[in-house]
Amino acid sequence: MAQMTMIQAITDALRTELKNDENVLVFGEDVGQNGGVFRATEGLQAEFGEDRVFDTPLAESGIGGLAIGLATQGFRPVPEIQFFGFVYEVMDSISGQMARMRYRSGNTMNAPITIRSPFGGGVHTPEMHADSLEGLMAQQPGLKVVIPSNPYDAKGLLIASIRDNDPVIFLEHMKLYRSFRDEVPEEAYEVELGKAKVTREGNDITFIAYGAMVQASVKAAEELEKEGISAEVIDLRTVSPLDTETIVESVKKTGRAVVVQEAQRQAGVAAHIVAEIQERAILHLEAPVLRVAAPDTVYAFTQAEEVWLPNHNDIVEKAKEVINY
Amino acid sequence: MLKHDELGLSNDNVLEMYRLMVLARRIDERMWLLNRAGKIPFVVSCQGQEAQQVAAAFALDRSKDYTAPYYRDVGVVLALGMTAKELMLQAFAKAEDPNSAGRQMPGHFGSQKLRILSGSSPVTTQVPHAVGIGLACKMNQDSSIAYVTLGEGSTNQGDFHEGANFAAVHKLPVIIMVENNQYAISVPLNRQVACEKISDRAIGYGMPGVTVDGNNPLVVYQAVKEAADRARSGNGPSLIETISYRLTPHSSDDNERTYRSSEEVEQAKEKDGLIVFKQYLIENNVLTEDLDAEIEKQVKEEIDQATDYAETAPYPSPESLYHGVYYE
Repeated sequence: MAQMTMIQAITDALRTELKNDENVLVFGEDVGQNGGVFRATEGLQAEFGEDRVFDTPLAESGIGGLAIGLATQGFRPVPEIQFFGFVYEVMDSISGQMARMRYRSGNTMNAPITIRSPFGGGVHTPEMHADSLEGLMAQQPGLKVVIPSNPYDAKGLLIASIRDNDPVIFLEHMKLYRSFRDEVPEEAYEVELGKAKVTREGNDITFIAYGAMVQASVKAAEELEKEGISAEVIDLRTVSPLDTETIVESVKKTGRAVVVQEAQRQAGVAAHIVAEIQERAILHLEAPVLRVAAPDTVYAFTQAEEVWLPNHNDIVEKAKEVINY
Repeated sequence: MLKHDELGLSNDNVLEMYRLMVLARRIDERMWLLNRAGKIPFVVSCQGQEAQQVAAAFALDRSKDYTAPYYRDVGVVLALGMTAKELMLQAFAKAEDPNSAGRQMPGHFGSQKLRILSGSSPVTTQVPHAVGIGLACKMNQDSSIAYVTLGEGSTNQGDFHEGANFAAVHKLPVIIMVENNQYAISVPLNRQVACEKISDRAIGYGMPGVTVDGNNPLVVYQAVKEAADRARSGNGPSLIETISYRLTPHSSDDNERTYRSSEEVEQAKEKDGLIVFKQYLIENNVLTEDLDAEIEKQVKEEIDQATDYAETAPYPSPESLYHGVYYE
């Protein structure tokens, strides 16, 4: 098995599906000749030709609309939005159009599109590059929202997304792109969408996280272990649809939970998870479910980024609050 | 004046075109009556634009081309094969509506069978969608083309620009037809654009652009045919502007008295494409008043039956709202 970074695993997933299904098309700004600003599509145009891997004009809404037209004709477009902060330019294509194509056509048309996009903080990007906007996406019925936390999942989730018959927003945390390597099988495999993973087992408290916050949660769990606290970590992998079963099962076992998101606190995915837990497991709770999230401000300027972003210390602190309630 | 036989259209062809124009007009008129009687919630009209719509559809290969019509295109979808009954099912929002199973507003057409892309309320989204279909046609090498329409106000949207630009860069088989009816709801053309003609915008994309009289279906047919031939032979997209006038308020919920005079509307009615074409057909011995009366009679019967059927057809069940959100 090969050792791959997350970006290599993503390229590998794209190559696998381009090879596997001639209807798969990869396009976006700078993804062809240049291989993408993060090199996610490196070598793919040379391998699969300019018809299947191509550069688009600099026009995000056009990219989204183009994908919809292609998808209705049996193609499986995998467009890239260069940075997810630019998603506002293509919001109507996503939430107004592709997410509703099946519903509004009375289930006669569909839009099997996978939009890949880098997001996430901690790599000193300028404004509009780092924002965690998965909450906006998760509120749209008809869309699936997938966020891998490691190279193995990235490949399997991306393959599953491309093969899925509904539109998927596939968000790639920039800090994870090259931060570590994993064993990644060379063959095609799917990691099921809508299914969370218990990354670390524990008995005293459950951390629910996704994306880069999975690593932070695991690190927090390791620190707490030194103090005799056993924390379970759930990696959501898919933010929508949410695997409520796995979350609730774990919380029923531990009786305590902290939900961790990198996004701002208000109206986020974490708030929704807290609500689900209260509704389904309140009698199992030993303490209120708390959140670790970024402050409700616009994403921080670079000098303040480390202060603004949630980290493992915040999780440890919040976990102790819950434990000592 | 251009004659239909010069365009390769037979007498039967132009009579069928005329019948569809009449059908579109009378369906629309019936919908207004049904709306004012409280039986259907909303109408958004084709009146004044039927001639160009039917003519444009006739210039396509209706057996294989794809269309992304906008909400006034009753004439286009009828010419493609949608029936009065299906349009009435849509107007009454009934479960059997093939456009959306009763989920969409009237005028939001869509049909997998007729290769009509499902459209939605934010205007101009259909342009990049059609361009995507154009790219699919090119990749499939099946000589189909994509035809998309929009109003002149919609050419101010970013999606018009992004779609037209992509189509031109990749020389895609796409026809973009702008039905210029002079108003974007209440805002007149001179408050919408500063250019003299909407077709002037074509030069910015590097595609041919023409402006034709939308009230003359034969010149519209000619322009769309030329564009279709160009698209099919690999020479890329075209922009066509058809000039006509919206003879009704924007919709059944709009009061046009606040922004235009009844004199202006009355003057426009004299140039109504439906009347112009009827005159042409009579002068060229294709149509007689008797035949016209017979067409009107048949159209009325068709609409009566369609209305009766749609009125009594079942609504979608409330439980059905959970279906079609995701793949099942």
